[in-house]
Amino acid sequence: MTWTSLYYRAQRFLDYTFTYFVLTFVAILCLYPLWWMFITGLKTDETAFIGLGAIPPHPHWENFYIAWTKGHFGMYFFNSVFYTVVVVFFVVLFSSLAAYAFARLEFPYRRFFYTLLIASMMIPVPGAFIALYVLIDKLGLINTRLGYILPLINAGLPFGIFLLKTFFDKLPRDLEDAARIDGCSRLGIWWHVALPLARPALAVVIIFNTLNVWNEYLLAMLILQDKAKMPLMRGLMVFRGPHSADYALLMAATTITVIPVILVYILMQRHIIKGVTEGALTGI
Amino acid sequence: MWIPGIGFKKQAILKVGRLAIFLPLPFVYREKVSMSSLWNFLFILPALLLFLVFGVYPFYKVFQLSLMEWEGLKGLPMTFVGFRNFWEIFTSDKMWWISMLHAGWITFLALTLQNGVALILALMCARDIRGGHVYRVIFYIPPVLSGIVIGLVWSLIYSYPDGVLNTILVKLGLESWTRPWLGDPKTALNAVAFVHMWKGFGWGFVILLAGLQNIPQQIYEAAKVDGANAWQRFIYITVPMMIPVFVLVAILTILGTMQIYDIIAATTNGGPTGHTEVPVTQILSWMGRRRFGYAAAEGVVFGIILLLSARVLFMVSRKLRQD
Repeated sequence: MTWTSLYYRAQRFLDYTFTYFVLTFVAILCLYPLWWMFITGLKTDETAFIGLGAIPPHPHWENFYIAWTKGHFGMYFFNSVFYTVVVVFFVVLFSSLAAYAFARLEFPYRRFFYTLLIASMMIPVPGAFIALYVLIDKLGLINTRLGYILPLINAGLPFGIFLLKTFFDKLPRDLEDAARIDGCSRLGIWWHVALPLARPALAVVIIFNTLNVWNEYLLAMLILQDKAKMPLMRGLMVFRGPHSADYALLMAATTITVIPVILVYILMQRHIIKGVTEGALTGI
Repeated sequence: MWIPGIGFKKQAILKVGRLAIFLPLPFVYREKVSMSSLWNFLFILPALLLFLVFGVYPFYKVFQLSLMEWEGLKGLPMTFVGFRNFWEIFTSDKMWWISMLHAGWITFLALTLQNGVALILALMCARDIRGGHVYRVIFYIPPVLSGIVIGLVWSLIYSYPDGVLNTILVKLGLESWTRPWLGDPKTALNAVAFVHMWKGFGWGFVILLAGLQNIPQQIYEAAKVDGANAWQRFIYITVPMMIPVFVLVAILTILGTMQIYDIIAATTNGGPTGHTEVPVTQILSWMGRRRFGYAAAEGVVFGIILLLSARVLFMVSRKLRQD
């Protein structure tokens, strides 16, 4: 072994050690606050800030139970599940119907309507929530579940239509032609042929809308005042109150809201990361 | 416009048809609208209706409200005040522009620090190191969580005197650095900005990494054969190939960060004494003070500024690509 090759080996070793060191440091920085949240949820209000990273000697698992029942997080949780399921269902239904029509069917002003729907994804309207509030008020839907669900369905449509249409455009038409020859109607083709083929794209739409609805706060704050109708994020802010809160219980509650997200993420991370990158990079 | 060779009646129909783009009657000018294309239209009808009611109407309504003075209650009158709301924003509303500056500062930090870190990490992971996938999964955890949860957790980490951050500082012998990070006017904005960047860098990382992996490896091989070192390869291959991705990340970072709200709501809610006010909290507070027209005008100004900045970045990128 010559000195030069040894030199290169040493350089390579240092290089990789440094890389792993940096990456691991950042990874710990990402995970630590979540770990801290979890273990603080096992403490009491008095001991919430004692200790940095170890599970407390007497973990108060009952905190989760207290937050779930007395903190109403069980109720908020089921509200969130309800909103998420309903919104995602209708986003998938409406956007897949529309995307299929935009990709395959002929009707007047097709391009115009497509551009209109997609443009809303590109144009930022930060004040729109004022008008949305006014509209919901006018429709008499303030403090109703419907008034919260409808704007959220609309919010999910442009991305869903865009993603599904680009997916349908890439599909070969042969299968659909075969189905048509066999006497399948347009609706039948959409249901029996297009939707099953679009499963990967549908997964992306479902996951993204699930995360969006689960994490939504601003609309919930504007529209829902009744505790019994609030989703989790709104419930968290109500529970914290203006100043006083039991910190350990608060962290137990946030842990409850985070666990489903982390589970979904870990199960679906391939789809999620693919969706982010494809959704963004096809825009170039 | 007179089109020769067709009759007067058709001519008139076509003329109306061109205007019909503004009417809710999309079939006016087609000579024959088959039943089949009407059925096809039903496919987009639910999406279109929802979009017209909850997308187009609010868009129009914001512009209309911005010219009005209205307390936002159903029975009360709306008075037309012309551009007075806008005049007030540009002449006397200092707090609005301070809030823009705050959001602008967070955006600046996000563009440089957050995306810089994201790029460095992406470059590290793009070399096909072992376990790169695991890091990618971990870095994308903060972006999938809600701003509310992250804000609540970090507000406790920052708390004084015994929050995690201050405890660590004491252990390191830096007692003089300890402070209520979110309560001190000097540090509040940067503390919030840090939380925002902590949430956001994983998103930039994932997109940049995908962009890096899209660059064909042969180009690098060829440059290596020609004797280019790592730095030269970065400057002359990676950067030019990545410009579209950089611009995309920059635009999305600007749009996302300027509209920051959840994290602010869960940490400082604009305080201490307005040192973390951002445009969205300002708009909400004017709604709370029952000046809906003024809030809408702020929304319009904000939207136009965002659109312009995205536009400018886009033009700069096109110029860069031409050179």
